[in-house]
Amino acid sequence: MVSIEPATPEAVTEEAPAPAGSSSAGAGPVWTSKDLLDTDVLSSEEIELVLETAEAMAEVRERPVGRVATLRGTTVVTLFYENSTRTRASFEIAAKALGADVINLAAAGSSVGKGESLIDTVRTIEAVGADILVMRHPSSGAAALAARHTEASVINGGDGAHAHPTQALLDLYTMRRHVGDLAGRKVVIVGDVLHSRVARSNLWALRAAGAQVTLCGPATLLPRSLRARAGYEGPGGCEVTSDLGEALLGADVVMALRIQRERQEQGLLPSLREYVRQYQITEERLARANPGALVMHPGPMNEGVEIATEVAHGLRSVVEEQVTNGVAVRMAILYLMATARRS
Amino acid sequence: MSPVELQRGPEVARTIRRLAHEIVESNGGARNLVLVGLLTRGVPLAERLAAAIEAFEGLKPPVGRLDIGLYRDDLGQREHFPPVRPSDIPAGLDDATVVLVDDVLFTGRTVRAAMDAIMDFGRPARVRLAVMVDRGHRELPIRPDFVGRNIPTAPSQTVDVRLAEIDDEDAIYLMEGAERHGEH
Repeated sequence: MVSIEPATPEAVTEEAPAPAGSSSAGAGPVWTSKDLLDTDVLSSEEIELVLETAEAMAEVRERPVGRVATLRGTTVVTLFYENSTRTRASFEIAAKALGADVINLAAAGSSVGKGESLIDTVRTIEAVGADILVMRHPSSGAAALAARHTEASVINGGDGAHAHPTQALLDLYTMRRHVGDLAGRKVVIVGDVLHSRVARSNLWALRAAGAQVTLCGPATLLPRSLRARAGYEGPGGCEVTSDLGEALLGADVVMALRIQRERQEQGLLPSLREYVRQYQITEERLARANPGALVMHPGPMNEGVEIATEVAHGLRSVVEEQVTNGVAVRMAILYLMATARRS
Repeated sequence: MSPVELQRGPEVARTIRRLAHEIVESNGGARNLVLVGLLTRGVPLAERLAAAIEAFEGLKPPVGRLDIGLYRDDLGQREHFPPVRPSDIPAGLDDATVVLVDDVLFTGRTVRAAMDAIMDFGRPARVRLAVMVDRGHRELPIRPDFVGRNIPTAPSQTVDVRLAEIDDEDAIYLMEGAERHGEH
């Protein structure tokens, strides 16, 4: 498994990466990037364009016939080398709601099982006429590798512990709907940050939107590269702490991450019971957050581990709404990328 | 050629009042009428028509807003599209008379897209078209039912309808070259 840390500590002091291809010609921003590999290459204008377009897509979904024919003639292929229910289904529904053709490939059912290399697979998919490839892979950097070897647009549907940009964008969209402008708002991400592509992509996107981000978890589950960012004010800057009580103080959004049971076997957690005792998001602990703070989770949830059942289904929880919003946000991304491809 | 002012202020208001009368006359009253403005400038026009109808009929027809971005036929033929925006269509279109409202009628392609879009919200008994300006050069078999002004133009020219809600003035200009907003 290839492991790519998202940024070295030295990179923190450098300029933010240039926007991947924003253009201010004409009225407002235009999407021009071929691929969507992570949120760290998106300008705040591009993020704004995605969120604004998602509002229009959400309206389409609420209509009696929740679909349009805008992307007819566009073929979207989903290629998943890892299990996924909601991300794959969400992309499929989004693509069909825009009138695109969708082909779903699971790694086990394709030639991947016969040892075809990733690059060969991607080229084959392009050769049969795919315009957009949505890919999930256990190795960090796999989507970037695929993108370099195909003319098709590649959307990273999650690669290793690296990035999950569409999850971050749907999280941002959900927060905006409830909290409004995120500038200066405090977002706390709690749990296994070390293995979380969701945490990383959220950090870049939230910082671009002006939010303050605090990463919280046991020291063994906080990556050194992000700990080096503690107190940094620029792009990707965040607070890092192992003290949940301190982290939750004044929080506007609390996002719990999934705890994989195998982390215990890897020696990163003394025991699940210990984790629950110190880091589970409970009603009692949420009292330290701002009144009306949102509770989020990228799913699937381990109720009773990282999040208490009454919180997971409580009044502050927007976990189900995250799933619904995921379709609108992915429609927005597919629409923007397909439109950019055609012009 | 600098912009030529064709109409302004009170004249624009009078034209809107006349259009409102024509719409009500053709519909036999204000009942069962839904005005749908096409984003952007069709929306304030539809609002003003509804207010005018209320002033003399005592009944304000519901007003909706329609974005045609997802129904365009020229995706990929232009570098830049305005961002798509949510539509907001009143419930109960079925069996109503829907009047689509736009500022300028040109090729007819926007109206074609609008007809496709509105059908996704229901099955109106009738769909009519009201425009502030008809400038000719149709590319599709579409004609307006209610017209503020017919303005013969050259294809290279642009008609710019400006409305106080968006542009801080009520006026209609004719000018050479590319349009300043939207397309028709």
